[in-house]
Amino acid sequence: MTLVPLALRSLRNRWYSVLLTVVTIAISIALLVLVDRVRNEVHESFYRTVSGVDLIVGARTSPVQLLLYSVFGIGDATNNLSWETYQELESARQVDWAVPFALGDSHRGYRVMGTTGEFFDRFRYSAGQPLVFADGRAFDDLFEVVVGHRVARNLGYETGDGIILAHGTGSTRLQQQHEDHPFTITGILEPTGTPVDQSLYISLQAHKAIHIGWETGTPRIGAQVEPDEAREMDLEPDSVTAIYVGLTSRAAAFQLQRAVNEYREEALTAILPGVALQELWRITGVAEQALLIVSAIVVAAGLLGMLTVLLSTMNERRREMAILRALGARPGQIAGLLVIEAAVLTLAGIVAGLVLALVLQAAAAPVLLDRFGLIVGTSLPELYQFGILGLILAAGMIIALVPAGMAYRRTVADGMQVRS
Amino acid sequence: MNLLSIDGLAYAWPGQSPVVGIDHFSMAPGERVFLHGPSGSGKSTLLGLIGGLLVPDSGSLRFLETGLNRLSRPQRDRFRADHMGVIFQQFNLLPYLSVLDNVLLPCRFSRARAQKAGDGVLAAKRLLMAMDLDGDLWTRRADALSVGQQQRVAAARALIGQPELVIADEPTSALDTDRRANFLALLFEQMAATGSALLFVSHDRSLADAFDRSVSLDAINHPAGPEAAA
Repeated sequence: MTLVPLALRSLRNRWYSVLLTVVTIAISIALLVLVDRVRNEVHESFYRTVSGVDLIVGARTSPVQLLLYSVFGIGDATNNLSWETYQELESARQVDWAVPFALGDSHRGYRVMGTTGEFFDRFRYSAGQPLVFADGRAFDDLFEVVVGHRVARNLGYETGDGIILAHGTGSTRLQQQHEDHPFTITGILEPTGTPVDQSLYISLQAHKAIHIGWETGTPRIGAQVEPDEAREMDLEPDSVTAIYVGLTSRAAAFQLQRAVNEYREEALTAILPGVALQELWRITGVAEQALLIVSAIVVAAGLLGMLTVLLSTMNERRREMAILRALGARPGQIAGLLVIEAAVLTLAGIVAGLVLALVLQAAAAPVLLDRFGLIVGTSLPELYQFGILGLILAAGMIIALVPAGMAYRRTVADGMQVRS
Repeated sequence: MNLLSIDGLAYAWPGQSPVVGIDHFSMAPGERVFLHGPSGSGKSTLLGLIGGLLVPDSGSLRFLETGLNRLSRPQRDRFRADHMGVIFQQFNLLPYLSVLDNVLLPCRFSRARAQKAGDGVLAAKRLLMAMDLDGDLWTRRADALSVGQQQRVAAARALIGQPELVIADEPTSALDTDRRANFLALLFEQMAATGSALLFVSHDRSLADAFDRSVSLDAINHPAGPEAAA
């Protein structure tokens, strides 16, 4: 092929504007790839979090809301479900295990979960990985607490430290503290890349104990119990926020879900986490689409920038085209030169953009893990992404038809003459 | 047999009055013709017609027994690539290519000339050498050369692959008198070697003596018809 080396030499001759064009396209491609990648990683990370739970049962609410407050600590439960319901559910034939938990307290912005020791044995994330203690052990005494990896790291906690929990999950400043009941940290969990890293775990009994005398939402003077007093009390919970359920067979999930939803004693909602996530993605899909559309527009802007560069060279290249015509180049070949140049520019931009995206991903991975608990790998683009990139390459070449058509008409009209 | 014969050729740019009206003009193979014409006399249009870039409104244009005006545009483009070399007044070269690559360009667009040139690089080097361009210039970018050197590179390019006709449109007007003579001498020498004919257009009559024949464009071109000239 005669034209490709010619086009390459011509581009090299204008390397400065070529470089700028390629960088512009590369940035837009990197943005598009990263937006898509982060979206996928968010989805994946959410799936990782719920991968070990077959069913989540809470008081009657919308499935997405239940999912958000029971797993991701987003929003609050409006209602609890009774301990009797938990007991009945736990004894159901299809239920392998059921871990109840109570929410509502926090510690310096991190969520406190009152649960049973079974939680540490049952909870699974990311394709069946169990929770592991980086240091210490699960809670045993009433006023012992286990903290997630990021809680410990960000607040500088070690096992043996004493902490005070706060009532409610709102703004930390206005919160009332459970200062009568200091907790001792007995265990710190390994990082998981899930909301577990940002949570503290106490027993359900402790959760009940620190709320004695708080029935109205604020501490009634003198109604609280001393820690030692509490240890002697019968602290069986009255209610819990929600229950993680593992089934003996996944096939039973739909059946049990229906049974729970139709439970007569209490208004309940049971969700299959995966299905509820799908529903969540349908809601967030609009925002994701908007982000992708914005990225696509940025790519279009990058390609238009290339068009500007190609068009701006048209006049200075008129002589070049006349020379090529005199040498016997057909108008179609001269138009082809411009399309080849556009293809080379776009392709270089795409490749550079992919490299840039990979570099940014690698650079941002620790920050994303730390700030958002997102594990962002530096894997290669998936097949469908290559499809999109192919479409962008095609779009670049189609855009080049504008200057190519112009060159075609001009070379036909100009012949060997150079008009200016 | 004529290399080129023009009969009753007429051309007008769309929407304008005729600029070319030539009753008869011909060139023999290897002939060196000086075509004198002031600017605006329609010589660029005539060269465009001979080069096959323009199609005459009427008349015939035969080149090597091929009716140029009967060919399709792609055929004319190929015909030009195969049989003609062109030298412009100035800026003949693609600035981003090396001198050697510029000379080799016709071989890229015409298989016939590539074949006639044989080893293209060798042929190009031989021509450059003959045009007094030393080896250290060959790999330089074309725009690194002086105007006189560039014109000699253009001549080498026009001659590679031994085209039957070289069309030169005021190739010496950018050169001073000494280099003009030198350029012509080198050009003629190589024309003789390749056997190409030369149609040399200029407004500078002082060059005419060196040619086989000198023709005034005004004398043969009567765009408004023969009787208007009389």
